[in-house]
This record gives sequence, C-alpha cells and structure tokens, in this order.
Amino acid sequence: MQLRVRALETLLTEKGYIDPKALDFIIDAYETKIGPHIGARIVAKAWTDAEFKQRLLADATEAVQSLGIGGRAVHLIAVENTPRLHNMIVCTLCSCYPWEVLGLPPVWYKSAPYRSRAVIDPRGVLAEFGVALPPDAEIRVWDSTAETRYIVVPMRPAGTDGWSEARLADLVTRNAMIGAGLARTPDGTVE
Amino acid sequence: MNGVHDMGGMQGFGKVEPEPDEPVFHAPWEGRVLAMHRAMGFIGLWNIDINRFTRERMPPDLYLASSYYKKWAISLEDLCVKYGLLGRDELAAGHAIHDAKAVARTLTEADAGKVLSRNSFERPAHKPARFKPGEIVRTRNVHPTGHTRLPRYARGRSGIIECIRGCHVFPDSITSGKGDDPQWLYTVVFDARELWGESADPASKVSIDAWEPYLEALPLPA
Repeated sequence: MQLRVRALETLLTEKGYIDPKALDFIIDAYETKIGPHIGARIVAKAWTDAEFKQRLLADATEAVQSLGIGGRAVHLIAVENTPRLHNMIVCTLCSCYPWEVLGLPPVWYKSAPYRSRAVIDPRGVLAEFGVALPPDAEIRVWDSTAETRYIVVPMRPAGTDGWSEARLADLVTRNAMIGAGLARTPDGTVE
Repeated sequence: MNGVHDMGGMQGFGKVEPEPDEPVFHAPWEGRVLAMHRAMGFIGLWNIDINRFTRERMPPDLYLASSYYKKWAISLEDLCVKYGLLGRDELAAGHAIHDAKAVARTLTEADAGKVLSRNSFERPAHKPARFKPGEIVRTRNVHPTGHTRLPRYARGRSGIIECIRGCHVFPDSITSGKGDDPQWLYTVVFDARELWGESADPASKVSIDAWEPYLEALPLPA
C-alpha cells in the first residue's frame, strides 16, 4: 500500500488538488494533539463539577466548547454510566467515532468482530474486555448511525474523593469513554 | 444496500482483539490516506455520505479483506475518478496525463486546521417533527439498493422515540443526487428481544439514530 498511496499523493499534488504540507499538519494534529486526553479532561470535569455535568449531558457540543479544549465537536452527545446502567458505543455500518474528543478510533473499534457483536452480544463483548457487570444492570448500546457522536461518562472510581481534575483525568481511559471498559481504580487496575 | 458493511448482528467474525499500546497509525501511508481524504473532502465535490457509499460498493470480498485505511485509499481513488479529478490511466501510470480539473477550492496549510472539526449537518426544517419522545414507532421494512443508514437488524422493528436530534441532511437523498433533503432525526431505542428474539439479554437495549422516513407510526392504519 505504501507505493500505491505515494503514487496517489504524487498525482494529487501534481494536479494541484492537495498541498502535502496541509497533510503534514493534519497528521501531526492526530498524532500529537487530538486524542483521548481531551475526552478524559471532559469526564474529569464532569466528575468534579455537577453543574458542568448537567450541561454536558444536556448539550455536550456546547459544554465542550465552553471548556475551550479541542476542536468544535458538533452533534456530540454524552451518556452517563450509573450502577444500574452501562452505556456502550458502536458504529455497525462504518466506524463513526467522536474524533474531536477521542482522536482516531482504535483498530478493534473499526473491526468486523466489534461492529457485528456489540449490538447482539454486548455483555459477551464486555466480558472479553474484562468488564463483568451485575446481570441485572442494563446495557444500552448506542449505534452511531447518523452524524451524532457519542461519548460515555464512566462512573467515578471509589477512593478518589478530593482528587484534582488532572489526577482524575489519568484514570479515564479511552475504552471507558467508548463503554468498552471502566475507569481505572486508584490502585491502578484497568478494567 | 444490503452490503457486507452492514455488520450489526452478523456472526462468525471471532473475538474482539484490542492491541495494547496501539499507535495512531500503523504505517506512515495510513496517515497520508487519512489526511488526503480530509484535504480532498475540503474541495467540496462530495460529502461524508457519498464517501461512505463509495466504500460500501467495493466488492464484498475486497471490503472484508482490506484494512480500514486500505478501504479509505481505494475509496479515495474511486471518488477522484468518479468526479473527474483523476483518470484510471493516471493511477496506473503514477503520474499526471490529463490537465487538472478546475475546483472551487483546495486545502492550504494555513487552512488545514479547519478540517479537524466537522461542519454541522443540521438544516432548517420545512415541517414540524412527526413524532415526539415517548411515542412507539416501527422502522420500515425496506431494502433500498442505494445508500441507507437504517441497519438491516433494525428494520421492521418496534421501538420508542427517545429524543429528537434536529433536522439533518438525509444520507439516502444526497447519495442519490437529490440534495440534502433534510429530515428530522430521532434516537429510537429497541429492547434487545425485539431485535434478536427470545434468547436475547433481557437487560439490554440498542438504539439507532433514524431519520423520519425510516419510521412509521404505530398502530398502523387498518
């Protein structure tokens, strides 16, 4: 693919449709600036600021914009996990994902196994990620079939009272914000 | 279209296999493909739905055997040919043979930050929303040969309107050359048992975001 893609880039550049420097800028942004650390800051803020959490759940696009981090995340919807409800995000038709707040999706998210199974066997998929929920806890799978994009606000781990936002953000994993995991616990366990 | 891209509920693909410490890109060409898509999309000849429909029409064996960015590379070539920006002969030769097509704009380095955020897909509504939250609806049992965002597993199923998301560009229309034709968009939630039958997890629910033409009121008229 390396050669085929280089040929395509050469052609598009020769014909004046693209500027390789613009491509460099975009690649650098996704490699170094836009990633799950943005979502983690949003979640940590929601954990520590009830008023912000309410705004986030009501209109995540507006709430994220107000933080002034990351780009403008249009049609963003935040969904909150509770002891009775676990949310999980998928795109069965392609690979829709909240790029502005989580960066580019991992390969597994875009893979046939996840796209096919998340809607028919969410508990089984979660178990493979090491997440065992109580059998009566509801699982809600959000299939991103439109231009709406979803981010999960995982539950705040116990034992983190009084923690700063920055310290809490370190506990918020990408998988937790997809709903394929839980936040890390203070002793470092990743689920 | 009932293509292999419409994977919800399919079986036999195996376990989900997360990769520890996964890099953003697995090879430099993947980043180039992603960035070329953003830059070429900026020209404005096609939108995200047309882009998706191009990938969905790849031969199914190629779709299933190709990595995500390989699919993106192939679909970009296909789009460039379809919109008259490149010839197949140029792709084969690896250099320009024909004059460039005049385009409205191209992405400069100074503007590159603009493609890191998406534009809104919301459009003014020409009529009020037909359904309201809490209402029971049924998705249509339709099998269009064109592009649709109503997954197969959720067709002909009863669900509840949970939320109105605004009036959005209708993918089924724009991919058939009929323009934005904005339609109300709803989050519709289904019990797992409605989708998958008796053996489904009774404590799970699945929602989709569905445009109004995908839905019909219940009870149906006699």
